[in-house]
Amino acid sequence: MLLERRTESPSARTLVLQVDEWAGHLPGQHVDVRLTAEDGYQTARSYSLAAPPDGDRLEITVQRADGGEVSPFLADDLEVGDRVELRGPLGGWFVWRPEDPGPVLLVAGGSGVVPLMAMIRARAGVSRAPFRLIYSVRTPEDRLYAAELRRRAAEDGGLDVSYVYTREAPADSPRPPGRIRADDLVTHGWPPDFEPTCFVCGPTPLVEAVAGLLVGWGHDPGRIRTERFGGS
Amino acid sequence: MTQTETGGPYDGNALAGPLAEVFALEVTAAVARCRGCGRSSPVATLAVYGPDPGLVGRCPGCADVLVRVVRTPDEVWLDLGGMSALRFSFPS
Repeated sequence: MLLERRTESPSARTLVLQVDEWAGHLPGQHVDVRLTAEDGYQTARSYSLAAPPDGDRLEITVQRADGGEVSPFLADDLEVGDRVELRGPLGGWFVWRPEDPGPVLLVAGGSGVVPLMAMIRARAGVSRAPFRLIYSVRTPEDRLYAAELRRRAAEDGGLDVSYVYTREAPADSPRPPGRIRADDLVTHGWPPDFEPTCFVCGPTPLVEAVAGLLVGWGHDPGRIRTERFGGS
Repeated sequence: MTQTETGGPYDGNALAGPLAEVFALEVTAAVARCRGCGRSSPVATLAVYGPDPGLVGRCPGCADVLVRVVRTPDEVWLDLGGMSALRFSFPS
């Protein structure tokens, strides 16, 4: 049942959902949301959980895909108090466990930041593993969770956040807009001999590019976890 | 999966939900061996196309079809013919 909707960017909304029974979840896991039309037609989509469990409350962040069948409905039309069918938690590979040792590199493209944000939120007060987030977005206004990330970078010890702007950068940004490159990872990531676990989530081309750059730099492919969600 | 509505390809993480209805153990961390090229890959790393009319998972090495999943309101139809093995780990 939808409890609350928050605007994260012009095209993204966080939905706070109350669920009947929930056994907890790990950061990185997702849920499948299934909608059934009046004529019985069903369709399901996967959404990453954006935050650690809070009792029977879950958060997902939905990026509206123009022409999409489900995301515009969830982002704009579902009303507070409405119910949706939800299954989860799902996935056991793209997850971070707070007891995991060692540094963590998070690389996000667009709304790929959502499961990584769940990791950042779950880490606070629980783990001292150093985290670095490199977040690639088109323009400053496309950033999700910008204010919270700024606060956490200042308050959560051991969290660094850096941005890569691909279309339009803020006026004071020294880096010209462009897709993520090897030197972005070298400047803001962890070197291979620190043996970080790397989580990369975003559109398929970004994920493939970043995973390739990390492996080429010497990172162990066995410690690179990827999650792709389409895109051309 | 942040969300599976952006047109694909996705990856094997998107198979977690459809296959959770079939398997008792978590499937995206399971390792699939490709019958075509012999490569072993975590299911999460398969290249996945769909979700409609069904999900198709291909080997990240040779692109052979390893798994097809189609869900109807009362059935799950699962084709694992492209795999020669699927290895699950018990939860630690």
